[in-house]
Amino acid sequence: MTERLFEGADWDFHTLQRITDACEEVALKDLGLDVYPNQIEVITAEQMLDAYSSVGMPLFYKHWSFGKHFAFHEASYRKGLMGLAYEIVINSSPCISYLMEENTATMQTLVIAHAAFGHNHFFKNNYLFKQWTDADGILDYLDFAKNYVMQCEERYGRVEVERTLDAAHALMSHGIDRYPGKKKLDLRAEEKRAGRRRQHEEEVFNDLWRTVPAGKSKSRSALSVERRRKLLGLPQENLLYFLEKSAPRLAPWQRELLRIVRHIAQYFYPQSQTKVMNEGTATYVHYRIMTKLHQQGRITDGNFLEFLGSHTNVVFQPEFDDPRFSGFNPYALGFAMMQDIERIVTNPEAEDREWFPDIAGKNDVMGVLRDVWANYRDESFIGQFLSPKLMRHLRMFHLHDDPEERAGIRVDAIHDERGFRRVRRELARQHDVGYIDANIEVVDVDLSGDRRLILHHHVIKGSQLNETDAKRVLQHLADLWTYDVALIEVDANDKVLREYVVSPRPIPAAVA
Amino acid sequence: MPIHIIDRRLNPGGKSLENRQRFLRRAKSLVQGAVKKTSQERDIKDVLEGGEVTIPLDGMHEPRFRREGGTRDMVLPGNKKFIEGDYLQRSGQGSAKDSGPGEGDSEDAFRFVLSRDEFVDLFLDDLELPDLAKRKIAQTESEGIQRAGYTTSGSPANISVSRTVKLALARRIALKRPRKDEIEELEAAIAACTDEDEREVLLARLEKLQAKTKRIPFIDPLDIRYRRYEKVPRPVAQAVMFCLMDVSGSMSEHMKDLAKRFYMLLYVFLKRRYKHVEIVFIRHTDRAEEVDEQTFFYGPASGGTLVSSALQAMHEIVRERFNPSDWNIYAAQASDGDNSYSDGELTGMLLTDKILPVCQFFAYLEVGESGGSAFDLSDSSLWTLYERLRNGGAPLSMRKVSERSEIFPVFHDLFQRRETAQEKAAP
Repeated sequence: MTERLFEGADWDFHTLQRITDACEEVALKDLGLDVYPNQIEVITAEQMLDAYSSVGMPLFYKHWSFGKHFAFHEASYRKGLMGLAYEIVINSSPCISYLMEENTATMQTLVIAHAAFGHNHFFKNNYLFKQWTDADGILDYLDFAKNYVMQCEERYGRVEVERTLDAAHALMSHGIDRYPGKKKLDLRAEEKRAGRRRQHEEEVFNDLWRTVPAGKSKSRSALSVERRRKLLGLPQENLLYFLEKSAPRLAPWQRELLRIVRHIAQYFYPQSQTKVMNEGTATYVHYRIMTKLHQQGRITDGNFLEFLGSHTNVVFQPEFDDPRFSGFNPYALGFAMMQDIERIVTNPEAEDREWFPDIAGKNDVMGVLRDVWANYRDESFIGQFLSPKLMRHLRMFHLHDDPEERAGIRVDAIHDERGFRRVRRELARQHDVGYIDANIEVVDVDLSGDRRLILHHHVIKGSQLNETDAKRVLQHLADLWTYDVALIEVDANDKVLREYVVSPRPIPAAVA
Repeated sequence: MPIHIIDRRLNPGGKSLENRQRFLRRAKSLVQGAVKKTSQERDIKDVLEGGEVTIPLDGMHEPRFRREGGTRDMVLPGNKKFIEGDYLQRSGQGSAKDSGPGEGDSEDAFRFVLSRDEFVDLFLDDLELPDLAKRKIAQTESEGIQRAGYTTSGSPANISVSRTVKLALARRIALKRPRKDEIEELEAAIAACTDEDEREVLLARLEKLQAKTKRIPFIDPLDIRYRRYEKVPRPVAQAVMFCLMDVSGSMSEHMKDLAKRFYMLLYVFLKRRYKHVEIVFIRHTDRAEEVDEQTFFYGPASGGTLVSSALQAMHEIVRERFNPSDWNIYAAQASDGDNSYSDGELTGMLLTDKILPVCQFFAYLEVGESGGSAFDLSDSSLWTLYERLRNGGAPLSMRKVSERSEIFPVFHDLFQRRETAQEKAAP
């Protein structure tokens, strides 16, 4: 019989090493995963709280809002309202996993299998992460960002920097490129470029240029609206990008700050699009690894039962009328779908052959799954692979709530032959970030007139912006733009539903 | 593939401290308001504890574009009896409604925990203390170093020779290391020996002894002991703080609040200086009684005003429970200044003869209504009396206070006295 990895609940660093080696053997040989090098760090509860408040990253620039989140988490943790995660994993190379010191040896095995191999494989192979994130550069970039923000605070004052960051944070969810451009983000090069640009500016600085009389400005009216919009790259849905490139009165360092916030938002964008898949992958991987370790006799029956207890808690899906229900649990849905795919590949029924002719009965479970993990995001994954059997099993149904409808909320489709496709389409749409976020874009700037910035919110299904918040965000936007900003909510027929106009606040005199 | 396992637990903590301070700075006025409210509700002894405060989230809000309303579609698990085309009553479907994407911002009020230092800082800020004073208050108690036995590790400078030699001796005896005179004796015997065979035997014995001497060192690293030192808080004396207050009808809530703040501050000062601080509350109308804090500040009372009764009570308590040679006695009296005319002389006598000689510090705080200018016009009877005593050389600290920010200057005298007291105590 193979040697046990550990006995009981205690572990030390040799145990962790053995566990990691054992998991790695299963992950690479049996599952054929392809992972970044792993770095495993053991941390305390306080350090976990620290990590929470800086969106899980090991280093981040300083900002009061992180302090607020820290105070909030700390208070609820101390009162016992909130438990802490067993681990946090960072999409970087090497892939860093933080493990809590309180975990038992079984839990450490579980989270190593889950994070260091499951998430890690997903980060390295999924097309969204490949396209949008630079795992090699992110830690260096965050380091650069931290130092840059610090330098700005020294040079331009904390208040100024804070105001710019506040505004940038408010627009963060609209600082994302949703479609790939021509070139991949290379954060290291970005960092170098920013340095070079500053250096160049300092080298060629000559105060005389300021005194040279400018020639007669070109007649702006000659530029047609069409051409103007083209020059500004309009319409533009990445508001932070637009401000960084086109806001008339921002200082270079402010543009750089907007750029930093934008890059960080972009870095996290794939994660919000792949919650179900990411957790599903990691959960499936840890389940396979733990089962294998148990089969090999490397963990005891008792430890395996402990694992099953936690695993069952993680993949628990309350039903809609359960007081604990708060939407679909991404772990549960993801894991159920992965297992369902395994079933379809190895042991399909006639229905599966009809719905999934490509994979049914193919018998290469890992091959199919690896391909799925690499090439889909939540929306397309659910749209393609949610099977009728799983819909029946979870007893899914679709509700349509139209406030105009007097009779109440209509049950639009249920888990039957007529409803499968509609339920699936609707669930997939619920996981489409592009559909969930408000669709706001810059459509025009009145350059020849009062330089008013005009944005449109394309209202879908009558869902308009929350007024208080919208005004506050627009205030931030106007402060950066430094001229009036108008936001017009239009429905699909271009009918104007509501219009906001916000003027920038005067900048208070710099505090010495 | 190399795997790095790193123990981060020993990294310095408080990584979020800076962010937390920024947050507190930004929310300063709100947090300060909360602290002020909390400290009003607290007992004097609890003023130094940190604690949970709740602030409104206004200004701390992080806005985002959020959508709400409109028609909504959702897919839910756990269908039991619905079929396509059913209608569900809205009111009855609470759970389905709550789970919609509209749920966002429920943190209107924000609760979090302030540490002890943060709380005291904000509390003192509220009193508008000058920076110098704040530093003095914030000073933590110094720790002394004291010998505490021996240890097997330490710096060479701390080797305890006598203990090391003692242990080495014990070990040598226990292991039967041959002594020097034993060997010398044997050598002498060999030199004196004439018989070849016996000489051979003796030589063998000598060799054995010498080998044993080599095996068992004179001083082994095992024997070495270092002096161990331990940090101990400096022994500090105990103090008792007498709070005297006039609770007759003329004292308003505002006045009592001023007095309470003054007592709190005095308590903070004393607590920083003495390990053990007792508080005695004596309230008086025309007679005095020792009461608990609740009654002191909030208990109803009525009657005339005889200050001497309180002084007399204090004097008796001191005599019974607080021997001035064991206790540092601090007293703070708050009053609106009224006193019966007939009582003046007795009060003065008690104060100069009985109270002041045993007190480290006696502060008199005359509290007035907020913005009350009338009370500047003429001095009250008590004020006149105390002023006369002070001019006569009595160590009294006295102030008129009608706003919170005026409380602190009373403590100037206290600081001066502390400096000299420390110098005296130093040798």
